[in-house]
Amino acid sequence: MTIEIRPAPHLHAPRDVPLIMRHVVWSLLPVCAFFVYQYGLSALASLLVVTASCVATERLFARTGTQASDIGDFSAVITGLLLALSLPPAFPLWMGAVAGFVAIAFGKAMTGGLGRNVFNPALVGRAFAQAAFPQAIATYSPSFLPGRFAEFVPSTLTWPLMQPPELAAWLKVNRFDALASATPLALWKFEGVITDAEALLTSLSGHMAVGPSPLLILICGAYLAARRFLDWRIPTAILGAAGLTAWLLYALSPERFPNPFFMLFSGGLILGAVYMATDMVTSPVTPRGMWLYGALIGLLTVVIRYYGGLPEGVMYAILIGNAASPLIEKITQPVPFGKGPFARLGKTRMGASYPLHPTYISREDAGAEAPKKRIFIHKPKQEDRRSAEKPHE
Amino acid sequence: MKTRPLAWEEFMEGVWRQNPVFVMALGMCPVLAVSVSAINALSMGLATTFVLVSSCALISLLRKWIPKEVRIATYIVIIATFVTVVDYLIQAISLTLYEALGAFIQLIVVNCIILGRAEAHASKNPPLAAIINALGMGVGFTLGLFALGSVREILGAGAWFGISLFGDGFQPWVVMLLPPGGFFVLGGWLLLFSFFARRRAGA
Amino acid sequence: MNEQTVHFMPRMDATPPARMVRVLALVAAICGSLVVAAHQGTLSAVQENKRIALERAVRKVLPEAREIIAYWLLPSGALAKANGAPPPGALVFHAGYDASGRLVGIAAEGAAKGYADTVRVLYAYDPHAQAVRGFAVIASRETPGIGDKVTKDKDFLANFPLSAQLSDDGTALAHEIRAVKHGTKTHPWEVDAIAGATITSRAVARAINEAAQALLPRLSPHLATLAQKT
Repeated sequence: MTIEIRPAPHLHAPRDVPLIMRHVVWSLLPVCAFFVYQYGLSALASLLVVTASCVATERLFARTGTQASDIGDFSAVITGLLLALSLPPAFPLWMGAVAGFVAIAFGKAMTGGLGRNVFNPALVGRAFAQAAFPQAIATYSPSFLPGRFAEFVPSTLTWPLMQPPELAAWLKVNRFDALASATPLALWKFEGVITDAEALLTSLSGHMAVGPSPLLILICGAYLAARRFLDWRIPTAILGAAGLTAWLLYALSPERFPNPFFMLFSGGLILGAVYMATDMVTSPVTPRGMWLYGALIGLLTVVIRYYGGLPEGVMYAILIGNAASPLIEKITQPVPFGKGPFARLGKTRMGASYPLHPTYISREDAGAEAPKKRIFIHKPKQEDRRSAEKPHE
Repeated sequence: MKTRPLAWEEFMEGVWRQNPVFVMALGMCPVLAVSVSAINALSMGLATTFVLVSSCALISLLRKWIPKEVRIATYIVIIATFVTVVDYLIQAISLTLYEALGAFIQLIVVNCIILGRAEAHASKNPPLAAIINALGMGVGFTLGLFALGSVREILGAGAWFGISLFGDGFQPWVVMLLPPGGFFVLGGWLLLFSFFARRRAGA
Repeated sequence: MNEQTVHFMPRMDATPPARMVRVLALVAAICGSLVVAAHQGTLSAVQENKRIALERAVRKVLPEAREIIAYWLLPSGALAKANGAPPPGALVFHAGYDASGRLVGIAAEGAAKGYADTVRVLYAYDPHAQAVRGFAVIASRETPGIGDKVTKDKDFLANFPLSAQLSDDGTALAHEIRAVKHGTKTHPWEVDAIAGATITSRAVARAINEAAQALLPRLSPHLATLAQKT
């Protein structure tokens, strides 16, 4: 008989990466379904092509040995769906495919695959599309067009490498030109028109150029949060910080800034807050870090929207948040019991990083050398201690 | 005394095995900055090659007389001379090209490939060997720039050497003409190069 | 710390200073002569190139001009035909004449800071209408697809002709030429900026304004002399 001796943890939760990914995909399906209902065939084709491009790229890099991938398939599907939802519904399919390729190749495969990416892959793809095709990505077709299930918006079927046909001309021919084809954010930024709340939430009221429905995303996100597949702190912090900043500015001068409700429910803020910023790989794991990370993203979103050249700021805010999250983790390490600021008054340094396992767990662990997180790898240990002690001399 | 490597191998060293752009990643500033079109990249590469070959030749000729205490200063003076010559030559050939390359012609002075070659090779070898080695490096650098410039011009402007490839309806990839596009394309080429290098090492 | 206190020892194989100076002088002489030779050899071609490039730009803004003559406006206020390098403080401008020798316009350079670097423009002034007829960009590093719209955007080009009337006392423009937000142009001296390329639009307007403010008041007494080709 053999007795297996194993260190903790002994309890094993029946959840692994594929399970989490599957749930995220399921929760995205209603959002996608409503998106297709809003925009018809073009949206469906965009979702399918972008996702297929992501999955194909993932397979390609798995085959060439750049990353191991059996479980990655669903994560590539999520990347594809999120990327397609963040792009205009009538985005030319070939550009969507390029964005999908860039998302996986540069956002994920290049840094070693799932779990090692620094930035959210879907946002890397979208940032590339934004920089490469600024005109196409700012062209939204209005929702609930009659005949949207019978024909494509012509820009969807653009030949690869070619310019999409003008949307305005097509709308005119079909006598839809009275309909809005600017996003609510662009309307506000360039024309000073503020769209009302109900239209933003569901877009059911008319032919609006909005993305996927924020209300539905919130509901699906609430399901995921209740099942603990995403951490509720991050979306709460983002929306709270964005709402607070917008409200402060609105209170200061209501004629210059739109109301905070408009800020929260226009553009991609809800989609970004619920599905993109909560990506487990690229967000901090410490609870305090999550709050800080979310607040940073929310604040940056509003600042970029108000003071940047582009109407939308969620994407860059989340990418900056992604880049900052290792630092945020470093400064928000939880303090082990007995080592808090009151345990040894005056001896602990603020912002110091402590090993995640406290020394009292077991004798083995107490003897083990805990890896220290350091920014400057070459900093000699001795020097560090000496300089830390100096003030006490 | 060890046998001298064949001239061809000496030449190919810089073109392929120690390619300054794809293998050593040296002199990246002009590589990223001026490679927006094939013609710009090619002329920048040729200008650098000219400076590289002529300064290595002169340094190699003078190598026995240059005191080692002041050798770096001497090399820089010699390199700066040839950069000035190239600067005048390009102005005389085409002002448009001169405007497009901008400050990067003058910045050839501080391109580390040139000082590196001068210090590591030309100062220890006879003129012929130094010229062949420098020529190889220069051709390798030009190839690297040209590879980047071609991709960026084809995707960014739909043209190659100014000749339109896809007709009027082409959708330019704006990012390719911006600095981030340079990084993206360089990353792509490095990926491809290391993929092949690894496969050859594995096979 | 002991191993760090190394005593300076003169090395036995050090080069004597006299030799060092000799070699450096030799290298300097070689390099100097190379630079001089290159400068002399390319001087005429470079100047010819510069002249052609400028002429091409002037022709672009004054398309009907058959002959273009460069002038200097000297700091003393006198007018002189350009000859070689301009003296310090002189303003350079180009007068374009049509086939009958009539003055069709004045072209001059202006520059202002844009989004990425200085934007240099050549603007054409029509003395009969007292207006800026158009401009060409000589050098700019603005973002392709965004900042370079100023030369292509139809709405932006519709800003021209731009009123550049002198004030009553003739010391400045009556109204400063300036860029305004897209869609808010109300006066003929305002430049309707391109939405999304405001910084470059503003730079073009400022470059024209600064150059015109400096040149036009001092030029106006000479316009009668310039009206016919001499």
